[in-house]
Amino acid sequence: MKNIFFRLFLTFFKIGAFTFGGGWAMISIIEKEIVDRNKWLAREEFLDLLAVAQSLPGILAVNISVAVGDKLRGMRGSIVAALGTILPSFLIILTIAIFLTPDLIKTNDAVSRIFMGIRPAVVALIIAPVITSARAAKISWRTVAIPVVVALLIWSKIPFISNPILYIVLGGAGGYIWLSRQNRRMHEAENSENLPS
Amino acid sequence: MIYLRLIWTYIKIGLFGFGGGYAMLALIEREIVGPGWITSQMFTDIVAISQMTPGPIGINSATYIGYVAPGEYSAAFASPLWGILGSILCTLSVVLPSFLLVIYTSHLIARHRDSVVVKGIFTGLRPVVIGLIASAALLLMNGENFGYESAQIAWSVALCAAAFVMVYFLKWHPILIICLAGVAGYIIY
Repeated sequence: MKNIFFRLFLTFFKIGAFTFGGGWAMISIIEKEIVDRNKWLAREEFLDLLAVAQSLPGILAVNISVAVGDKLRGMRGSIVAALGTILPSFLIILTIAIFLTPDLIKTNDAVSRIFMGIRPAVVALIIAPVITSARAAKISWRTVAIPVVVALLIWSKIPFISNPILYIVLGGAGGYIWLSRQNRRMHEAENSENLPS
Repeated sequence: MIYLRLIWTYIKIGLFGFGGGYAMLALIEREIVGPGWITSQMFTDIVAISQMTPGPIGINSATYIGYVAPGEYSAAFASPLWGILGSILCTLSVVLPSFLLVIYTSHLIARHRDSVVVKGIFTGLRPVVIGLIASAALLLMNGENFGYESAQIAWSVALCAAAFVMVYFLKWHPILIICLAGVAGYIIY
C-alpha cells in the first residue's frame, strides 16, 4: 500500500481494535508499530511526542495518535490517525449498546443476575489502581491527606465543592506554587553557603 | 436541548481529563449520573463493558452514554437513530480538546517541559489524580451497585473483596475477573 494516509489509518485501527485497557497498554503497541515496524519516527522523536501527549488532558491513546499523525502529515494525518484509534471502540460499543439496552439488563433475569455479580467486582477494579498509583507516586504519611480529602469531598456531593475540576485546577496551581517556593529556598540555601563566614 | 448538553459535557471531560481512564471516571460520574441522565447502576455496567472491550474507557463510555442518554431523557428520542447521533456527537466531543491542544500547544509544552510551571503542575496533580480515582470507587459503593438488603450487600462485599485479591495480589486479567463475577452473580442470585 503506497498511500500513507491509508496505512496510518489501518495501523491505528489495528491498535484500537486489539488493545484492551487503553492508556499504557496501547502506548507500547503504538511505539512498536510506529517506530519499529513502519519506521515513521525515530524512537527519540516518538518519546518526545509521548511526553507532550502525556502532559495534556484527554485520552492518552487519542493524544498520541493525534501527535503522530500531525507530525507525519499535518492536520489531515492527525484526523486519520485519531479516527483509526477511535473507530474500533466506537463500532464495538455501538453494537453492544444497540443490543444490550438498559431495559434488557433490568428485565432479563439472567442478564440482571450476571450484572448483580459484576458491579461489586468493578468497584474492586477501581480500588486496585488507587493503591498501585499511590505507591508509584511515593505518597507518604504527610501527603496522603491530599488524595483522602479530595476523594471525600468529591464523594460528599456537596454542590461546587464536589466538582472534580476544582481539585484538578487547585492541584495544578498548588503544585506550581509549592515547587517554585521549594526552588527559591534551595537558591537561598546555596547563596548562604557561599557567603564567607 | 439534550444534544448540546451532551456535547458540552464531553468537551469538559476531554478538557479536564487528567490522569487516565480511571481518574476520568469521577468526572464522567458527576457530569452524567449527577444530572440523572443515566443511573449509577448503568454507569457501573458501562465501566464493566469498557473493561471487556478493546479501546480507551473514555471513548467507550462516550459512545455508550451518547447512545443511551437521549432515549432516557425523552421518549421522543427513543429511536436508535437518535442514539447513534448521540454516540457520534459524544465521541467527537471528548476528542475535540485533544486535537486542539495537541496540535496548537505541543510546541509550547515541548519547549517548557523542564520549567517550574509544567513540573509544578504535574507534581501537584499526582496526589489529586489518586484522590479522583478513589472518589470514583467511593461513588460506586452504593445501594444501586451493592444492593439494599443485607443478604445481597454481604454477597457484594465478598465479591468485591475477592475481585480485589484477584486483581491486586494475583494480578489476574480484569476481563477474567469480570467473567468470574458474572458467573458468580448468576449462581448466587
